[in-house]
Amino acid sequence: MSDIAIDTTTDAARGRTGRLIVYAIIGVIGICLFLAPFLFPDVRSQEVAARICIFIVLVASYDLLIGYTGIVSFAHTMFFGLGAYGTAIALKLMGPGWDAILLGGALGLIVSLILAALVGLLSLRVKAIFFAMVTLAAASVMAVMASQFSDFTGGEDGIIYKVPKLFSPATKLLTDEDGKVLRIFGAKANGKMAAYYFVFFGSLVLYLIMLRIVASPLGTVLEAIRENEMRAEALGYRVVLYRTAIFCIAALIAAAAGILRAVWLKYTGPETSLSFAIMIDILLMVVIGGMGTMTGAIIGATLMSLAQFYLKDLMEVASEATAGIPLLPDLLAPDRWLLWLGVLFILLVYFFPAGIVGTLNKKGGHP
Amino acid sequence: MSETTVDAMTSVSLRTEDLTIRFGGHAAVNGVTCAFTAGELTVIVGPNGAGKTTYFNLISGQLRPSAGRIVKGDRDITALSASARAKSGIGRAFQLTNLFPQLSVLENVRLAVQAQHGLGPVILRSARSFSNLRDEAYSYLEATRLQAAAGLPVTALPHGDQRKLEIALLLALKPDIFMFDEPTAGMSVDEAPVILELIEEIRKDTEKTVLLVEHKMDVVRSLADRIIVLHNGELVADGNPDEVIALPLVRDIYLGMPAEDAV
Repeated sequence: MSDIAIDTTTDAARGRTGRLIVYAIIGVIGICLFLAPFLFPDVRSQEVAARICIFIVLVASYDLLIGYTGIVSFAHTMFFGLGAYGTAIALKLMGPGWDAILLGGALGLIVSLILAALVGLLSLRVKAIFFAMVTLAAASVMAVMASQFSDFTGGEDGIIYKVPKLFSPATKLLTDEDGKVLRIFGAKANGKMAAYYFVFFGSLVLYLIMLRIVASPLGTVLEAIRENEMRAEALGYRVVLYRTAIFCIAALIAAAAGILRAVWLKYTGPETSLSFAIMIDILLMVVIGGMGTMTGAIIGATLMSLAQFYLKDLMEVASEATAGIPLLPDLLAPDRWLLWLGVLFILLVYFFPAGIVGTLNKKGGHP
Repeated sequence: MSETTVDAMTSVSLRTEDLTIRFGGHAAVNGVTCAFTAGELTVIVGPNGAGKTTYFNLISGQLRPSAGRIVKGDRDITALSASARAKSGIGRAFQLTNLFPQLSVLENVRLAVQAQHGLGPVILRSARSFSNLRDEAYSYLEATRLQAAAGLPVTALPHGDQRKLEIALLLALKPDIFMFDEPTAGMSVDEAPVILELIEEIRKDTEKTVLLVEHKMDVVRSLADRIIVLHNGELVADGNPDEVIALPLVRDIYLGMPAEDAV
């Protein structure tokens, strides 16, 4: 008994420093995202920052399923796409107004909810592998439909549309004495900034909702289902209903993230919001960050997005710097960035088997 | 319930009628008809493979019978799911430790308390803000002498403590039918009495029905109001402890093993 006590105190101490590191990283990422328009005013960085915000929400909502409840679904991009396409189609048909965003977004959310409830109630009773297959089938059908109904969806080309005037780059949020758009630390206070903060605060609200969910009584039941489904049932929890409920909640949040994506990009197509490649990105981000940790979503989404956007640049620099040395420049050629992304992923999984946050926390259970 | 109930059966809290389950051609539980009354502690004995745990699984809903009925009070619960049976007041502690391994000890019990209060679907309040649930969960840890381990994950507990936690979860469900499946198996000599005292406590409550699967003869003798014997899935003996233990049939099939093993 005393051995255990000693072990757990050192474990707890290690877990505490780990948690501090995690919170420090989260703090830095949070500040960078909050001040992104001022810290990184160039267009590409803005794209990366907005993508990170949206993917944090998407990854965290997926983690509600795979990490907290133990549900494997491949339909997450389907819900993401429903939110994005709903908003995009409405903006295209009704013109760039808030009413279009509200109506299109609401439709996307409602359709997501109905589909999630149907898929959940019909197939969450069956074994995990069958459920995964059903979601894969549903997602494929949705992708084919998006490509076939090209009158509505633009097919493979997607849809380009305008967003409300507030978000147009020409809009001046603040003006200086000359009537020009005001610059704050070199950042233009224009519509693009408004759009970014729409995405940022939208994502923040969704993320806070998820934090609330995992800390709630429902969140504990989800963890119990993941840990021991049969015992959760024996305690009186109706496992199928809880699973369906969280599947619906995660679908709604993914659809909401889709709305943010559609408004930010002013373009919606299979590649930006419906393709299976996004599903794989989400899976990798969850694994890198750490399953069953909300903070893991932040770290996973940030790290992966940064790598996807900047690894090529970094390798170009490295390739040039090693120009004199044989072989190395070839290995470091920017074209080989996927190879290095793979290497990076393998190293991460090797050194952080439970994901970055999961491994750093080495949690000794919940207090 | 259209059946007429006999006067003597008014205090029957649970009964199984012709309960049968077949796996392929093998009847693991075969036509067991038995009634249990409130205020009574029934020990179920029988050799390994006699169908004791399967009988428990049928009652608590982990398995569905091939034939027969289960009636709690005057309600047929044969078609109810395990969760619905738990809500109706049938509480079960499992033979093999069956907990939430990565969660803390306190969290395990709190889940049971939360289920009992019907608070699972709450999503807009923090679980920690329900201090009454926490306090209640803590009281069950005290009852099972696990309070010192409250913050540890289940995986860090020694086997005996995991068994105690199993009992704490059962207490937290506040059932009126208690089902214990070898509650003291794997416990040290110091630990077992805590659990036996708890069971003794419950037995004194005239509104509670206790079903107990147990091998240790000293435990059986000290606790049982009644013993039923299962053999090859069939109910072969039923009666007060002294009578049943004295039956030649029972001596043959069950107590034939050396006394040291049984104790």
